[in-house]
Amino acid sequence: MSDYLLEVEGVSKEFPGVKALDDMRVNLRHGEVLALVGENGAGKSTLMKLLSGVYTADSGTFRLNGEPLEVLGPKDAQEKGISIIFQEFNLMPHLTVAQNIFIGREPRSGVFLSDRALNKEAAELIDRLGLPLDVRARVGDLTVAKQQMVEIAKALSHDAKVLIMDEPTAALNDAEVQTLHDLIRRFKSPDTGVIYISHRMDELKAISDRITVIRDGRYVDTLDTRETTLREVISLMVGRAITSDAKPENVRPDRAVLLEVEGLSTKELLKDVSFELREGEILGFAGLMGAGRTEVARAIVGADRISAGTIRLRGREIAVHNPADAARHRIGYLSEDRKALGLLLEQDVSANIGLSSLAERFSRFGFVDFGAVRERAQAMVKTLSIKTPSVSQTVKFLSGGNQQKVVIAKWLVKDCDVLIFDEPTRGIDVGAKEEIYALLNELAEQGKSIVMISSELPEVLRMSHRVVVMTEGRVSGVLEHHEATQERVMHLATLRPDENVADATELGLVPAAATSGQPNDTDPEVGDR
Amino acid sequence: MSTLNTAAETAAMPSWLGGLKSRLQQLLAFASLIVIFAFFSIANSTFFTYGNVTSILFSTVVIGTLALGTTFVIITGGIDLSIGTGMTLCAVMAGVFITNWDLPIWLGILGAVLFGGLIGLVNGVNIALLKIPPFIATLAMMLVAQGLALVISHSAPIYFSDHPGYVKISTGNLLGFDFPNAVLVLLAATVICAIVLNRTILGRYTFSIGSNEEATALSGINVRRWKILIYTLAGLFIGLAGVMISARLASAQPATGQGYELQAIAAVVIGGTSLAGGKGSIVGTLIGALIISVLNNGLQIMSIPQEWQNVILGVVILVAVYADMIRKKEA
Repeated sequence: MSDYLLEVEGVSKEFPGVKALDDMRVNLRHGEVLALVGENGAGKSTLMKLLSGVYTADSGTFRLNGEPLEVLGPKDAQEKGISIIFQEFNLMPHLTVAQNIFIGREPRSGVFLSDRALNKEAAELIDRLGLPLDVRARVGDLTVAKQQMVEIAKALSHDAKVLIMDEPTAALNDAEVQTLHDLIRRFKSPDTGVIYISHRMDELKAISDRITVIRDGRYVDTLDTRETTLREVISLMVGRAITSDAKPENVRPDRAVLLEVEGLSTKELLKDVSFELREGEILGFAGLMGAGRTEVARAIVGADRISAGTIRLRGREIAVHNPADAARHRIGYLSEDRKALGLLLEQDVSANIGLSSLAERFSRFGFVDFGAVRERAQAMVKTLSIKTPSVSQTVKFLSGGNQQKVVIAKWLVKDCDVLIFDEPTRGIDVGAKEEIYALLNELAEQGKSIVMISSELPEVLRMSHRVVVMTEGRVSGVLEHHEATQERVMHLATLRPDENVADATELGLVPAAATSGQPNDTDPEVGDR
Repeated sequence: MSTLNTAAETAAMPSWLGGLKSRLQQLLAFASLIVIFAFFSIANSTFFTYGNVTSILFSTVVIGTLALGTTFVIITGGIDLSIGTGMTLCAVMAGVFITNWDLPIWLGILGAVLFGGLIGLVNGVNIALLKIPPFIATLAMMLVAQGLALVISHSAPIYFSDHPGYVKISTGNLLGFDFPNAVLVLLAATVICAIVLNRTILGRYTFSIGSNEEATALSGINVRRWKILIYTLAGLFIGLAGVMISARLASAQPATGQGYELQAIAAVVIGGTSLAGGKGSIVGTLIGALIISVLNNGLQIMSIPQEWQNVILGVVILVAVYADMIRKKEA
């Protein structure tokens, strides 16, 4: 028997413009749970897609039990004993548990499907795994946790050797997490292994044997879970050298509060989100994927319905039912998904820039003054140095950076006081990023109040006057720029201090009162929830 | 990085060329119209005569009017299936107003047109506020209108025999020579639609909603309100078509109307308006409607049976849409 169950050695994968994986290494031992951790975009999903045969590696080798492994596609992966449970389940909600488990290989009698054989086989499997599932239940009627069990049962019905789980607990409550962990422990055997991808640091201690940290598509280190601290893991995760020494500009404590958000909640995710945005300030929003940052933005501009909370602008409560109301109050939202939610791709630069203020600025009696729109668009193209042959150019032909500038121009023409940027530099090349940063600083200096949601920590740290950190739909802390370090932001982004007292204490995140006078080096607001 | 390269190359393309490309479908439709027209003129000597050409124009009026309003709806990415039977309902309402209630003709016409607007308003509310898919909402309205037309008219035609003035709206010769008023109405409606679509905020938002409804909403535009307005506008043209068809027939025929919606949608599509939304033109729609009438008329003159006319029309729609897709791929 070889030393490792699964070996990933020197694997690289390049996509146009990005090196997603570079000399990646992962070694999974027999009978262990290996946690794979890394920031957003570290390369976890690319690695999974390579293992499931969705992508092919540019170079490098995979070995299963010492034998070279070549995966041709998801079905092939399953047949070879690698089962992957993605965050998005692959289940048919209208079919029963048994039908889902055996989809594509239903037992038959003659030409007809045999429901009896199907349910019997499924029941045997469910029994063996000790899952609380009714094989005849419709999957769509089950809770998320039970749906996940169906996924796991389906994976294990293929006689999996390697089980890979992507953020399996993202939608589970604590009791359900316990059940899942029990199941994983039962699955572990001398000839199987589990790769457990998670952002929840506290869970790694509970379930994993070793932790492999990856960063920016590269292997960083593998640690023994028992001998490491969360602090160490986090500093490895964020430990990239900051290449720019740019610092937030014009940070001042005396700014007046412009926008106050209090107790914002939604049915889906947000819980009691409160923060203040000051005049001329850049307020960074940090957090991991799914922490609820975009949802906060959408709730503020009325794109999503809120279940509770108030929004005050210059001290006066405003009612925002839709983005049109928000725009009337001069609040603009620049989506992370420019192409789907920010631009009219098939229309020209001028139409896009004029869109938000057409009724207000560029029309009389319902007739549009296209000359005025063009003029204004031309002026904006000049001010923001948007590279386009003319304002009649179709927006889809512009580069990402210039498209972003078109969206910014649209809201500047609308004369917004509050600009909410969601991932303002996503998909933009390095040079253009600097231009966007300069522009944001300039806008703030002109007195615009800016919310900047970003998944790139260095970006958050170099731009933000203050940083709001979110986790699981809640604000877990607000840091002044001098307190904000990569480590501290990551702590706040990965922990649930209220539910994990021991971990929170280890990281000094519990308010002084609760830890009997232990020195507390974080912002008092952190524990104040 | 192939996608970026093509983007960069295309970016270097002068913008007037882009403008030309977007006119191509219109040019294509116009060229097809000429070709079809020339073909019939050569094939049959009775085709290219003053009488026949005016008769083609005359027969374009109803489909054309319906197609004009529907163009707005289709540019938003929606569809309106209620225009055919909705038109019949409006025709019946014109009969109720003018023949049964004896209202002045102008008031009857206004009433019928506004009634069309009401049909559109209901469609708009169902689609924009209740979020019922346009196909379903207008399919339901198609049935409702069909039924109501029969209920209100007691399933009997309403004649305008006592109101020759009403019939003149369609068949009179305001110009003083043999040229039906109905065609003038269609031309006026076309001009108005072209202005609304190309010059007004409503027109801009029609394109914006069709290009990207969510981005338009996030840009601070009250998309729901504008969609209701757009369906209402299309409804006004349903009403106008109802007036035109009942004036032409000198009666409101409550059992007719179905099938017109498909012809009108075909006209819009042949004219280069994309069913996916965001693109389209009024002139294209007019050309599309003309192509359909020319085909119908020419094939009839050549004594090709009605059944085959439908087959040919179906093929023309396929060719037109396929040509549009090819063009988009190249662009």
